[in-house]
Amino acid sequence: MAIDHRHVGETSELRTVVVEEGFLRLFAKAVGESRPIYTEIAVARAAGLRGLLAPPTYLFSLHLSAPAAQGDVFDPHGMAVDPSRTLHGEQSFEAFEPIYSGDTLMLRTVTTDIVSKKGGALEMITQHTEAFNADGALCGRMATTMVVRNG
Amino acid sequence: MADLPGTSDWIVGLEMPEFIRGPITRRDLALFAGGSHDHVAFHIDSDAAKAAGFDDVIAHGMLCMAYLGQALTHWVDQDRLLAWNARFVSMTPLYATINCRGSVLAITEDATAKVARLSIVAWAGPDRQALVGEALVRLG
Repeated sequence: MAIDHRHVGETSELRTVVVEEGFLRLFAKAVGESRPIYTEIAVARAAGLRGLLAPPTYLFSLHLSAPAAQGDVFDPHGMAVDPSRTLHGEQSFEAFEPIYSGDTLMLRTVTTDIVSKKGGALEMITQHTEAFNADGALCGRMATTMVVRNG
Repeated sequence: MADLPGTSDWIVGLEMPEFIRGPITRRDLALFAGGSHDHVAFHIDSDAAKAAGFDDVIAHGMLCMAYLGQALTHWVDQDRLLAWNARFVSMTPLYATINCRGSVLAITEDATAKVARLSIVAWAGPDRQALVGEALVRLG
């Protein structure tokens, strides 16, 4: 089922996500991370950090944890992409300010491109997400291209 | 850990210390699904993987990207990692061992910053690239 290209330019609401310590610790466990700034809050704080440091791919997980009401690729009333037909195509991150457990961030996602390939058998959706911290500063930006297999 | 040049001593061609994870197990995928909020079924449920056309569950691309991120932050402090990217060029099967490698392609310096551009690759086997990308690291 082809994705309507009218979704290009669609911008999500600014949605709130809290960076939770427990999920950061589970993420660390899952990837075999044992360094204390990523896993032990007392050590992180003693080192002058305000919480556990979110590792370099974590903005993607924060985005997944806070799906947008507007413009989410899986929204059945929107692009209605079937997760079982998706593959991750490309991913990029820009880091401006560190993200820590306990932070409250605001995320905004824009669909920047939808491209059909192979006569519609594949579609590639690109979205850019920005994260702002409680000071209003841009702390991270990412671009995600998902490949949808229609064939 | 062998002596590594400080970031002031980097040169083109300098190689990132190799970083190895795996073999990736079903347990790894289950924990990563939970910890990363990616609950897509074909990463954790063999029935769903087969229904989606795979032989068995496949690893999240972002699990391999997390390993690449670890490789980078073992080499330089995370606050030096300005930007990085990856293309997912092949799917990562269950039981894969991931070898993360990188090398310095270029070093540029202007009035505000000295930055190294790295080539980075996550290999899932001797002939199979899973992720290919680049990273920008602030040297000074």
